[in-house]
Amino acid sequence: MPRTITIDPVTRIEGHAKITLQLGDDGKVADAQFHVTQFRGFEKFCEGRPLTEMPSLMARICGICPVSHLMASAKACDALLAVEIPPVAVSLRRIMNLAQFVQSHALSFFHLSSPDFLLGMDADPAERNVYGLIRKNPELAIDGVKLRKFGQEIIALLGGKRIHPAWVVPGGVNEPLTTERRDQILAAIPEAKAIALKTITWFKQSLDQYQEIIDNFACFPSLHLSIADEQNKLNVYNGNLRVVDKDAKVLATGVKPADYHTLIGEAVENWTYLKFPYYKPMGYPEGMYRVGPLARLNVIDSCGTPLADKELAEFRQRFGRVPQSSFLFHYARLIEIIFGIENMQKLLDSRDILDPFVRARARPNRREGVGVSEAPRGTLIHHYKIDDHGQMTFANLIIATGHNNLAMSRGIKQVAQHFVDGNHLTEGMLNRVEAVIRCFDPCLSCSTHALGQMPIEISLHDAAGKLLDVARR
Amino acid sequence: MTTMTASPSSAAHDIQVVTLKIDDQEVSASRNQTILQVAAENQIEIPTLCFMPGLKPMGSCRICLVELAGSPRLFAACVTRVSEGMTVITDSPRLRKYRKQIVELLFVERNHVCSVCVSNGRCELQALAVKLGITHITQPYRYDKMVVDSSHDLFRLDHNRCVLCTRCVRVCDQIEGAHVWDVAGRGIDCRITADLNLPWGDSDVCTSCGKCVHICPTGALTEKGTAVAEMRKQPDFLPYLTIMRENH
Repeated sequence: MPRTITIDPVTRIEGHAKITLQLGDDGKVADAQFHVTQFRGFEKFCEGRPLTEMPSLMARICGICPVSHLMASAKACDALLAVEIPPVAVSLRRIMNLAQFVQSHALSFFHLSSPDFLLGMDADPAERNVYGLIRKNPELAIDGVKLRKFGQEIIALLGGKRIHPAWVVPGGVNEPLTTERRDQILAAIPEAKAIALKTITWFKQSLDQYQEIIDNFACFPSLHLSIADEQNKLNVYNGNLRVVDKDAKVLATGVKPADYHTLIGEAVENWTYLKFPYYKPMGYPEGMYRVGPLARLNVIDSCGTPLADKELAEFRQRFGRVPQSSFLFHYARLIEIIFGIENMQKLLDSRDILDPFVRARARPNRREGVGVSEAPRGTLIHHYKIDDHGQMTFANLIIATGHNNLAMSRGIKQVAQHFVDGNHLTEGMLNRVEAVIRCFDPCLSCSTHALGQMPIEISLHDAAGKLLDVARR
Repeated sequence: MTTMTASPSSAAHDIQVVTLKIDDQEVSASRNQTILQVAAENQIEIPTLCFMPGLKPMGSCRICLVELAGSPRLFAACVTRVSEGMTVITDSPRLRKYRKQIVELLFVERNHVCSVCVSNGRCELQALAVKLGITHITQPYRYDKMVVDSSHDLFRLDHNRCVLCTRCVRVCDQIEGAHVWDVAGRGIDCRITADLNLPWGDSDVCTSCGKCVHICPTGALTEKGTAVAEMRKQPDFLPYLTIMRENH
């Protein structure tokens, strides 16, 4: 008899979602759906507002990765002003974006996902959270807190506050970096680098025990999308769009942000508020692609910094040129943390970084502008249109979690089919279904983070809707 | 606008200097001064919003309400003249309650979204709310759809942030002499309007002097090109300008 299992809410992710598993007559999982249950409306209520407000307004989409929205939005506004921003402003924005990568990846890896690695997928949910992590391995927990603090403090040193700084503005940034602040950031780098290297060493040593998970956690061929610079190196701020397939074959490269619509189409389903972007040339839903840490490492040729490149080489040696398992998002995240720290150091060591010319001023000079940058969770696209007076008439945002929607849904189905037996539900089975979502580190609101324990209820219904069984956490 | 004068006794009628009590403090003042002026001279702070040194007071926002002994009514300190023997109370639970209610209703009436406002951190309405200890809004928001007028070459009018203090109307009329601004509509539909309801950029008489922008207490009138929290207003020019006009 067909039945449905609902996991609502999904815990330890940023935002609110639920999962429905459709069971077939044999009690096995026949289908899975990932529902994003919140509606935000940013694309609509920004209409009529001046473009100069957009970076700060759009940053309110998220409390974890506001910097990403600041970047993409400010770049879309730069395009509307038709200005090339001063080079030092580019470097300063890049540093802030990298700091955001470090703090956001640290949050995802240490706070949200590491309880699964360290305490086990089947551990008691009362323990399997950040507090359990602190009890089991305080050193790792403290490292996570320190690394996140490192990133957040750089954001505060540059922008005045950790969350939603108003420092990134159309045309550049509104204050130059001071010598004192630069030195403060540089002084914090050695410890952060040591933590990042220590963590990746620990993670690599423990990889063998996750083999079953690696093979079944959204492990399937797909396309990968990211931006990359002219030499196909990792650049999370600037670059053109590039798509590779499962064999590292380049399907598209050098696609300018403004032409994103030639690559990406968006489909809508009536059971979720999250759209389904797909690779246009292949159609929906065949054009499934992934974005984020793993996709970036699959798309680029190299990171461009020595320690990260060394790790990337080992990563590829272990899992191939284009690894397919989404569990490896976690591994890729750790490589990107190293890249972020190295890259920040390089930028801060530059002689020009204290240059006070940090803002280009102009009036709106175009009716339409697109800004693309990489957020920790993947490629972020802001597309704006304005009227003659610089007021917004249209906004289209494609966020990282959206890009991954098809892959996440498919990943949930794969995990559920492998681990969930509808006849004998266990907590560990359902946690694995949630854990595959955590690989993608979706930022659903992205205004709130569900940290630690949230209630979870799984209901079993028969085809007639009759409640057969309920399990509560 | 009502100007309340407590009736003076016949003996005191010709006296130019009066003595009165403000919050238990004995003070003396000239008879043509307002309670607000005398309080300020004696370092007694009364919160204000529509009041602007250098402009004729309106008494419209009612933030500077005070109690006068012997009267059940409340009086706007900016337009009420002092009188002999007057006893003024500038702070009481009743006054605090009314002031908070007034500011709360201003927030409810329009879309004052501080976090994404160009005047964030330098807004008189925001500062007043902080001063009055407003941490929550208890009334339902109206969420009226309000337009933004960006038609002027240099400046912007955002009705969402306007509190109808009419400082812009007064400065343009009394100081600049252009009289671009007026208030159109009635009650909840009141709006600041340029010329006879034209887009600001189409006004023939606006001199683009920017006085209205710099004395606007909120992010309603701003300079174009300013991003969030970047608007820095410089209202200090006004008292100076007024004094120079009156004395030279």
